[in-house]
Amino acid sequence: MPFIPHTEQDIQSMLASIGAANIDALFDEIPAALRSGKLTAIGDGLNEMQVARLMHERAAQDSQPLNFIGAGAYEHHIPAAVWEIATRGEFYTAYTPYQAEASQGTLQTLYEYQTMIASLTGMDASNVSLYDGASALAEAILMAVRAHKSSRRVLLPATVSPLYRSVAHSIVKLQNIELVEVPFDIATGIIDMQALQQHAGGDIAALVIPQPNFFGALEDVDALTAWAHAQGALAIALVNPLTLALLKAPGQWAEKGADIAVGDGQPLGAPLSSGGPYFGFMCCKQALVRQMPGRIIGRTVDLDGKPGFTLTLQAREQHIRRAKATSNICSNQGLMVTAATIHMALLGVDGLRRVAAAAHANTAALAEQAGGIAGVKCLFVGAHFHEVALQLPKQVAQVLDKMRAQGVLGGYDLSAHYPQLGNAILVCATETKTTADLQRYVDTLQHSL
Amino acid sequence: MLIFERSHPGRRNAAQAPHHAAVAKGIPAALLRKDQPLLPEASEMDVVRHYTGLSQKNFSIDTHFYPLGSCTMKYNPRACNTLAMLPNFLARHPLAPESTGQGVLACLYDLQEILKDVTGMAGVSLMPMAGAQGEFAGIAMIRAYHESRGDAARSEIIVPDAAHGTNPATAVMCGYTVKEISTNANGDVDLDALRAAVGPQTAGLMLTNPSTLGVFETQIQAIQKIIHEAGGLLYYDGANLNAILGKVKPGDMGFDVIHMNLHKTFSTPHGGGGPGAGAVGVAQRLLPFLPLPVVERFPSPLAGEGARRAGEGASGETVSYRYLTEQDLPQSIGHLSAFSGNIGILLRAYVYARMLGAEGMHRVAEFATLNANYLMAELHKAGFTVAFPKRRASHEFIVSIKPLKDATGISAMDVAKRLLDKGYHPPTTYFPMLVPECLLIEPTETESKEVLDGFVNALKEIRDEAYATPELVKGAPHTMPVRRLDDVKAARELDLTWKSNV
Repeated sequence: MPFIPHTEQDIQSMLASIGAANIDALFDEIPAALRSGKLTAIGDGLNEMQVARLMHERAAQDSQPLNFIGAGAYEHHIPAAVWEIATRGEFYTAYTPYQAEASQGTLQTLYEYQTMIASLTGMDASNVSLYDGASALAEAILMAVRAHKSSRRVLLPATVSPLYRSVAHSIVKLQNIELVEVPFDIATGIIDMQALQQHAGGDIAALVIPQPNFFGALEDVDALTAWAHAQGALAIALVNPLTLALLKAPGQWAEKGADIAVGDGQPLGAPLSSGGPYFGFMCCKQALVRQMPGRIIGRTVDLDGKPGFTLTLQAREQHIRRAKATSNICSNQGLMVTAATIHMALLGVDGLRRVAAAAHANTAALAEQAGGIAGVKCLFVGAHFHEVALQLPKQVAQVLDKMRAQGVLGGYDLSAHYPQLGNAILVCATETKTTADLQRYVDTLQHSL
Repeated sequence: MLIFERSHPGRRNAAQAPHHAAVAKGIPAALLRKDQPLLPEASEMDVVRHYTGLSQKNFSIDTHFYPLGSCTMKYNPRACNTLAMLPNFLARHPLAPESTGQGVLACLYDLQEILKDVTGMAGVSLMPMAGAQGEFAGIAMIRAYHESRGDAARSEIIVPDAAHGTNPATAVMCGYTVKEISTNANGDVDLDALRAAVGPQTAGLMLTNPSTLGVFETQIQAIQKIIHEAGGLLYYDGANLNAILGKVKPGDMGFDVIHMNLHKTFSTPHGGGGPGAGAVGVAQRLLPFLPLPVVERFPSPLAGEGARRAGEGASGETVSYRYLTEQDLPQSIGHLSAFSGNIGILLRAYVYARMLGAEGMHRVAEFATLNANYLMAELHKAGFTVAFPKRRASHEFIVSIKPLKDATGISAMDVAKRLLDKGYHPPTTYFPMLVPECLLIEPTETESKEVLDGFVNALKEIRDEAYATPELVKGAPHTMPVRRLDDVKAARELDLTWKSNV
């Protein structure tokens, strides 16, 4: 029996101990009318060889085109040691570290993670993950509303990923929170300050500030943070952690810094994997720690005064506080955080900077080369990080489809969410792309127009 | 020692980083970082040794018996990990066209069908990323259902007092108030309390069955009737699905919506806290509200009139499987993740399900229940106080340490810590709160009789120690990397990040 060690002799002696005639008798409290019959959709069990064959065949159906899509998930090199270590059984098959003495490995790793991510974001504190960047944004909005107390309005600019805005809407609308869209400047692709100014003096709980924004463009984060604070609103930074190796940390935005920083940790060691698992990170100022959802690790001492690590501030959480908890979150994305910690430790500051700088340079080179094609141009003026919006002279879906047929994923089609941009795509070239890859992109695009 | 304390300025791993210079051109200086973030500067070998060493400070299923109640710490087959991490699965971008992902989508579709079969539900969405997010999806669907009927007065979710904390927390996140009802002496829901609680304000009841007390709710048919006659919907918390897999289907019990913890019942790893996967299943009337995306094989009964057909994709390619979107399910509660949930975890669950097959599903519940009842019988015979000795254990059961505490001062916490010294991860302690000094014990089907016998012996030894050398038990653990930690200091003098000057 797969994964069941019992011999017939075991079964009989166990039943004798229980005083039951057979295993089925153990289910005699279930009303007979409810007992189910055979399962029909599942089929016979496969052994390891058979299931390996099946999964290899399925994987082989998934092609590996040369990818230039980013839009919230980024192709990066992951050092071999990251997943070799993260999938050690001691990390992979441990539970949430409730029994601290028997979980110091996970707990110390998570404490190191909190230190690294808080430093990258320039914040005081971090939890040990939420589900993904989009749900982390939703939790940040809920947290800001709790902290602000009087207002339930949050400004959510159109330069935030439409996928994230959709998730935030699904999650926060049930608590009567109003999400107000702020438009962007059509020339620069960043938040329209004049449009934002129309909200001045209104009762606003928070402003979400993406950096880089969905278009890869760099927002004027100091001005936006200062504006939010002048309104008595919290500033929620939505950031890509990799870019913070080079970009100003949210904790340093304007005079006081952002209040909450969230984003997706995927660029730190998580494979693309069709969308998950990734992890959402959340950091905040000290004053907001008790409003934060999710697990938090603290360093303390044991009976002998020896340093050790434990889950702390659990009175915020559902297993203690029930209906009054800061969130219902229980399981998080712990193993992805372990991987991210190893990833950051291996790359270090210099390594992360090189990855970020190489991705920035590759995207800039791609934009410049693609801009040499007749009818193709960068949509927005101004600085970009490692994504750029391109205008095409033809209908996007057809162009992307032709590129795909030649083995290239040409970018993310912006026309569904941003019809005002016309035939526009979002393109990303990370450090994984070579000069030859960039040339192949340009050639393929040209042939597809 | 922390990784930061192994750090030496200037030490780099040239093999892992690009050759590109560590500076970005063309970004305004005002937007650039001036300080250096606190990341370690250590060699690859330093890092590998550090985290390998840390891993060895953990208890885990791979190293220890881990009978944590309500957590289903069964063996996580290695094949599931290996096959979910095939390079083509890992490399695929979430926004790549569906034509480049027919293999992964086929796996997800098959998994949906398997989960529909074992739960008896009409439809499944795999997207919620954990049990609690599955709960959120389920309660949000209940709310969307009532609102779609113009039934806006339903403002309350009923939750038994034995429920997991996520249940009431979820109801509040979905904009509901929570009404808690009591449990009777048999461990079942108090039907009189339930009858008194329902009314036109009732949106639904969240029930875990078998409950966290480790017993099957025998009055489920009556409960179902009370809730449905009041116009409410019935929510199944699938935390304990392992106990009934293949034996009784939540759909047949009358549940309208269910979440499953695939990291429990379908053996995906717990990873030191996650990632999990909290797939949801629904009855027919909730199909339009499923969270997005849902994987569909074409031709599809679910996709609405005028919806994009699979073979008529925007790009004209022919695909058998694609995601259903807002166009197909306009009444959906929407997206709960930026992309498509924890797909890597779903692939592990799929491999597990295929290895078990139909017969294996039945066996999960059979042997989880056999192990729990055997362990309960042995501990009962050994003189331990079982919470519900006249009931069958489901896949878990409760032992109360209260008599031992009254006699010796040794608490459930002390017993738990001493178990660590004996090489066993303790059961869940102090949950559910209805039973004083409780240990909630869930052995799972993958443990052998000799492991269970060893655990019984360990508990008997600890009981002897409680009388003979109580200080030994109160001071436990003695063999772990640290002794008991000062939780009060941890919360009062918050130290959440390492600072180089400390």
